[in-house]
Amino acid sequence: MGIFKLYKNTFKNGIHPPENKDITQGLPIRQFPFSPILIIPMSQHIGSPAEIIVREGQEVERGQILAKASSYVSVPIHSPVSGTVRKISMVPTISGNKIEGIQLEAFPYSGQEVAEGKPIRLETATSDEILKGIQDCGIVGLGGAAFPTHVKLKVPEGKTCEYLIINGIECEPYLTTDHRVMLEQAEDIFMGIRYLMKATGAIQTVIGIEANKQDAADHLNKLKPNDIPVTIQVVPVKYPQGSEKMLITAVLGKEVPSGGLPIDVNVVTVNVATTAEIGRLLPHGRGIQERVITIAGPAIKKPGNYLIPVGTPLRFVLDYVGIQDDIAEVYMGGPMMGVSVSNLDISITKGTSGILVFGNNDVKKEEKVYPCIKCGACVDACPISLNPSKLGILAKFESYDRMVENFNLMDCFECGSCSYVCPSHIPLVQYFRLSKARYKRRKSLKQNLNNA
Amino acid sequence: MRKITLHIATSPHVVKGASTETIMKNVIYALLPAAAFGVYAFGISALLVLLTTTISAVAIEHFLCKISKKESTVSDYSAAITGLLLGMCLPPDFPLWMAFMGSAISIGLGKFIFGGLGYNVFNPALVGRAFLQATFPVPITTWYQAFGPDRFYHISSSVLALPFMQPAVDGVSGATPLSAFKFDHVDTQTYDLAMGFINGSIGETGTVFLILGGIYLAWRKMLNWRIPVSIFITVFVFSGAAYLINNTAYPSPVFTLFSGGLMLGAIYMATDMVASPITSMGVWVYGAIIGILVVMIRLWGGLPEGVMYAILLANAISPHIDNLIRPRVYGTTNKLKLS
Repeated sequence: MGIFKLYKNTFKNGIHPPENKDITQGLPIRQFPFSPILIIPMSQHIGSPAEIIVREGQEVERGQILAKASSYVSVPIHSPVSGTVRKISMVPTISGNKIEGIQLEAFPYSGQEVAEGKPIRLETATSDEILKGIQDCGIVGLGGAAFPTHVKLKVPEGKTCEYLIINGIECEPYLTTDHRVMLEQAEDIFMGIRYLMKATGAIQTVIGIEANKQDAADHLNKLKPNDIPVTIQVVPVKYPQGSEKMLITAVLGKEVPSGGLPIDVNVVTVNVATTAEIGRLLPHGRGIQERVITIAGPAIKKPGNYLIPVGTPLRFVLDYVGIQDDIAEVYMGGPMMGVSVSNLDISITKGTSGILVFGNNDVKKEEKVYPCIKCGACVDACPISLNPSKLGILAKFESYDRMVENFNLMDCFECGSCSYVCPSHIPLVQYFRLSKARYKRRKSLKQNLNNA
Repeated sequence: MRKITLHIATSPHVVKGASTETIMKNVIYALLPAAAFGVYAFGISALLVLLTTTISAVAIEHFLCKISKKESTVSDYSAAITGLLLGMCLPPDFPLWMAFMGSAISIGLGKFIFGGLGYNVFNPALVGRAFLQATFPVPITTWYQAFGPDRFYHISSSVLALPFMQPAVDGVSGATPLSAFKFDHVDTQTYDLAMGFINGSIGETGTVFLILGGIYLAWRKMLNWRIPVSIFITVFVFSGAAYLINNTAYPSPVFTLFSGGLMLGAIYMATDMVASPITSMGVWVYGAIIGILVVMIRLWGGLPEGVMYAILLANAISPHIDNLIRPRVYGTTNKLKLS
């Protein structure tokens, strides 16, 4: 039984990229200074952008609401600093598009006290009140996706939530924010779990942690309160275990049906940093103003984990931590799924989990692309057992319909394991992103034609 | 402020650093000890055959790329593997002009017309070998005696036969263990088989070196170990069953495993990544098919050897294996979707 359990304790396939976590995992979270100007885009989450409710020239307090949620799938944005609204204009984002945003000038000598809102009392609040509170605090998934947490937590009519899984996997190389949060904010995490269990009606909570963070698991086990049913499960290190579906399989041995959500197998998963944020903010009705970010990479002079105000310009961040002269690429997020930065004038958002800076010698080289030799490395890497080799060939022929209908393209969640292992350097996941987008566009075009 | 130029790329921003070229190079390294043993056992004639097939395979691929106005693909080392493998499955005194023809067919018909590396349906070296078997049946089954005393300074005259001339048999020719058993019912000692004190193709007798090279490649994850293991198990079981039924007409399973081109074929030719199935489940079936075909051809066929045809046939069905045997996609029920 023991060996059987070990084997079952993870998902199928996957990869082992070098972790590169030892540089920052021992460094405690440090408060970042305020930038003189903060730039706050109105869309830091998936869903409709927040609606600005302040005007130019207005003085705002730290924690005050700058913009309110514009719909159900939207969250408000709170001021990260006490200061003056200098300008409301279009601001740059990581995607290259400019969107509406606020430029805030911080008061230089303010004590930066935080304004509080309506507290949510754990003892008396109903499930819906907690969800509303989570939305009002502007909470989104801090693991990187930035999906509004209250939407994710809402158990649909006719479904029940049995397990709450707290995601402490952090499988992306370099990133150690969740690791530090687990070591330093255990009380907040357990408070967050209390709120989450009440909101979802979950009967049991499991915190999933990868074996490279055994100290965090031990720490949480030591501080585990008796009033809530929480277990801590350590799973073997493997990428992409932090993906919701892989985590559920690793922890519970269940598979989320294709095209379905975790709630289809009676599970809700929440990132551990998000959980800590809920536990910290809800009792005071505060909004998110800052978040923990790992700043690392070979070209960073002072790597570490920093608590950085949302809206801090990337340029300010890099000036503060220091970068080498020959920087070549900057990523927001981890090296496996993070996004390249094209413009240092963008700012930190709620979804930024890491900032990585690579120098000219550290970036992957432009390798010659060979034809697919059917070596099967991608097939053995794909966590959901797709055939990336076949999909890659079909993508070249633009056979998007076959990719979707016969080879389950839409199940691909773009973890990039296939591109990582390919000895022929074929940009497989890049093909798949493009193929998915083109398939969707073709489909909607066809539909429009039929409707016309 | 200092001007910074940022390079933009899509994720993943890190890669494993494996390369197709490295895999190909390592296959050559793994083959070299067995090839060197062949040269030691059969002498300078064998060396000339190996050099001819390898150099001509590379040159022909380069030439074909040039005339079709493509960038030359010889730097991926796959043409060199094809040439070396072809040489290793030829008799040591094989006429060089025929060996050159074999290389031309291997690269031209086996690989290039399909689109080059990655697109060949069959193992290119075996395509060339099959052509030679059909065209020159006598030279390809004439076996030079191994460990001849003058092998290092005497070049067999058949090797140097002029183009379009059939060679005159010269020196001592001998039987291979397979033909000796098939036609004369003479058994060979297992020790001699394993140690390579036998006649045969240049690269097939150094059994120990072939296995060691295979283990090296499997350890480097550059060879799917499931293919040879599946072949060996099937061959052992089926020839074992035949041996139990009639142990005078049929050879022992150990003999079947260690004789002929089985080691060379199972470890280095059946495992051609391009021409074998891509999934772990698929390769077990693929290997089993090769194993069964080898035993059937060897026991009942007119030829003593069957490895080449077994692999070529299995190459042909390998795309269908991939189509039929697919791992269940995460979150789906096991429904077969043919395309």
